[in-house]
Amino acid sequence: MQPTRSRWRRFRESFFLHDFLHDRLALTSFIVLVILLVLGLGAPFFAPSNPYDPSTYDLLNAEQPPAFMENGQAQFPLGTDAQGRDMYSTMLYGMRVSLIIGFGAVLMQAFIGIVVGLISGYFGGRLDSALMRLADVQLSFSTYMVAIFISAIFQAAFGVAMYEKIAIPLLILVIGFAEWPQYARTVRASVLAEKKKEYVEAARVIGLSKRRIMFRHILPNTLSPVFVISTIQVANAIMSEAALSFVGLGMPVTMPSLGSLINVGFEYIFSGSWWITLFPGIVLVVLVLVINLLGDWLRDYLNPKLYKG
Amino acid sequence: MVAFIIRRVLQGMMVMVVIALIGFAIKQSFGDPVREITGISVSAEEREALREELGLNDPFMVQFGRFLYNAAHGDLGQSFFYKKPAMEVILSKAPATLELVFCSAILIVLLSVPLGIYCAIRPKQLFAKFVMGASTVGVSIPVFLTAIMLIYIFSIELHWLPSFGRGETVNIGGWQTGLLTWDGIKHLIMPTVALSSIMLPLFIRLIRSEMMEVLQNEYIKYAWAKGLPPLRVWIVHAFRNTLLPVITVGGVQLGITIAFTILTETVFSWQGMGSMFIQAVERADSSLMVAYLVVVGFIFVVVNTVVDIIYGLVNPTVRITGRK
Amino acid sequence: MQPLLEVKNLCVEFAMRSQVLRALRDVSFTIGKGERLGLVGESGAGKTLTGFSILNLISKPGYISGGSILFEGRDLAELTIEQIRDIRGNRISMIFQDPMMTLNPVLTIRTQMVETIKAHQKISDKEAEKIALDKLQRVYIPSPEKRLDQYPHELSGGMRQRIVIAISLLTNPGLIIADEPTTALDVTIQAEIMDLLLELCRDEDMGLLLITHDLAVVSEVTQKIAVMYAGRIVEMGPTRDVVDHPEHPYTRGLIAALPQSCDQGQRLLQIPGIMPSLANLPSGCSFHPRCELCQDICKREVPVLETKASGRHVACFMVK
Repeated sequence: MQPTRSRWRRFRESFFLHDFLHDRLALTSFIVLVILLVLGLGAPFFAPSNPYDPSTYDLLNAEQPPAFMENGQAQFPLGTDAQGRDMYSTMLYGMRVSLIIGFGAVLMQAFIGIVVGLISGYFGGRLDSALMRLADVQLSFSTYMVAIFISAIFQAAFGVAMYEKIAIPLLILVIGFAEWPQYARTVRASVLAEKKKEYVEAARVIGLSKRRIMFRHILPNTLSPVFVISTIQVANAIMSEAALSFVGLGMPVTMPSLGSLINVGFEYIFSGSWWITLFPGIVLVVLVLVINLLGDWLRDYLNPKLYKG
Repeated sequence: MVAFIIRRVLQGMMVMVVIALIGFAIKQSFGDPVREITGISVSAEEREALREELGLNDPFMVQFGRFLYNAAHGDLGQSFFYKKPAMEVILSKAPATLELVFCSAILIVLLSVPLGIYCAIRPKQLFAKFVMGASTVGVSIPVFLTAIMLIYIFSIELHWLPSFGRGETVNIGGWQTGLLTWDGIKHLIMPTVALSSIMLPLFIRLIRSEMMEVLQNEYIKYAWAKGLPPLRVWIVHAFRNTLLPVITVGGVQLGITIAFTILTETVFSWQGMGSMFIQAVERADSSLMVAYLVVVGFIFVVVNTVVDIIYGLVNPTVRITGRK
Repeated sequence: MQPLLEVKNLCVEFAMRSQVLRALRDVSFTIGKGERLGLVGESGAGKTLTGFSILNLISKPGYISGGSILFEGRDLAELTIEQIRDIRGNRISMIFQDPMMTLNPVLTIRTQMVETIKAHQKISDKEAEKIALDKLQRVYIPSPEKRLDQYPHELSGGMRQRIVIAISLLTNPGLIIADEPTTALDVTIQAEIMDLLLELCRDEDMGLLLITHDLAVVSEVTQKIAVMYAGRIVEMGPTRDVVDHPEHPYTRGLIAALPQSCDQGQRLLQIPGIMPSLANLPSGCSFHPRCELCQDICKREVPVLETKASGRHVACFMVK
């Protein structure tokens, strides 16, 4: 009998890894992403100062240019913001907030979307058309619009002070709720495709319960498209959060995300302090870009015809 | 075809009712119409009397019915901040937003069609690869960042273009247009480019991928076999078939552009509906917020319905059988 | 006399990522003026590819790697894209397999006919339309004026194929390449379309390259037959002779497999095995693993198409 190979071994010998290692763009993106993730999520370890603690910074140091410029100070490699916070540290913390919201929101939307998609695809009929109609309408409104509306309502409901205090979970909720239709549609489509296959019929003949068939048999088979859109959805969620923060419906200045840093910096760009906006902007773009590139690669690899555009 | 149009319009109206219901629910929960009319300096008894008079103690559905009736007649309540009907406020801001969306739609169409087609028929060319690479980077840059960068380069460093407002406008029958003065056009350039920057890459990719798919078809091979000139094969045979999916997706995307006007207008202090909405949120002007929701919802529904109907007109299969 | 079309040692290759696939090898045949040749074989044998490479319509990783295609005195393999475009749809017309997919769904029949004429002749829309109407009548389409304004999906499959045939007649070509013109149609309509094609070729003295897997159709319509297997022609000769007395073991297998060649109640004969894929062709004669006459030489060397004692062209060591 042939010895069964371990999962790791199988992974190592797979085309997946081979193709991945031979695609320079994908590999570079992956490395950059890992660096950003480590720096962002480990911000307290890597940042020289803590931007959340007012005692560590001084208003007298406000708007210091980056160290490589004239008048730059070595202790602030990327300059300081309008409150005298070290840009480098603030950005790491900001990226942490963006990442937490990005991943949190994707978990949220994946949860709602998968449940709705499974129900819709498996039961079909009126329920299905109602849910999908809802998804269509919401999508046609654009996820940004929905997110902006929901957060505007939340802000009106909680008041600005309260809103800012619970901004992170609220934003996760808002973005999660705004973007679930993507998942619901994808999952529903693959459930419909799976449902036709014989093994589902067989499971039904044996007399397995609907819930068991759905979660144990169909769900695992819909995971690869879910995986693909998840990557791109993380990038979208980070963008949505940045947009919300930019119009003042997201993270407060005291606990800034990349988006709110850009927003704050924008006021100072006219006085020539471009670095407050530009550096967080670059980090945001690079973060979103590498996730998108990985998503593209994954999509091409797993299924070139999964979806268009 | 008539039945098809009627069905689409009815569906659109259903969606509008749902949007109105959401808007009304928001208004019920957060807005205080009495405050909007009287301000804060009124006694509790007088308020109660006013509430009764305004019918605010009626059942929810009755009030919703009244809201719908009023909304259908163009009355979306009173803006607390402007002390004017919300509809009037929105209509005064609409030309700015619509001109911005219109200009960037034109820019998007003018650039994305030739670029998308080119990238589809010559995918291996260096320029096509460059365009595709640039569009991947393009979708990763948020609109507001593009806008800020444009301001920094062209306003602050080069002093070429103005960074905020609409500049000089001309009033034509109540429509304040910035398209007729050089100053107005100068003010339009950067907001238009910024607003287009997010949609352009999406359109290029969409047109390219649809076109590449169409080019695989048997009838394209047949068109070549008939000895037709390349331009005719690409434009008349391939692109016309690409048009259908591009219109459906593209029309919806153009509606979505409205959402991005919120961001663009905020950066450029463009006095349109988008920045009005953000200000309304900051001022907790709930009537104006809801009015914006309903108006934008209406625009989306109209765009979607029109797109569906155009789709029906362009696609002979839909036109004949009357189905979608 | 110079034949209408003379294909000599045509080779087509596909450059894949890791290897070069040789899809056509040394394909040679001739079609005289008004002559009808049938190209038969299993799917994947290279029949369609042969048809397409005559007009240089092979899609991308594929290319003509050798040989010549002489047509009316010119080598089509040497022509520039512009020059060959002048031949396509003008001197040589093609009829595709599936009329459902061949006509562009968003253009009217009028557009699709007129554009073909105008691509090759400098005439007005009016005149072009007149020619189109004339050809539609030629293929027995009822009320042709009405058809011009219709879209393909408003017409039946048989009607569409008639229109495709009418399009192929528009410029009075010297040769028509018909790739499985009836396969996608209902059985009842197949015969009608084939008869029409035959009638037109005879009346207009047009050459026909009929690509099909249907031996019955070939024997009714064509004068000459070429049997293809794995990218090569293995037997070629007058249709009647080849069908009645096949010499190559593959052709024999094909004909023995026809339902009409065995008695009622008897099991249908079939050639054992399947055609090899281009990626791993067997050594020597590609047919040897399925051949009952196989000898050592067949595994080592590739037989060439040569004239045998009977005057037939056969590529087999075992046929004298």
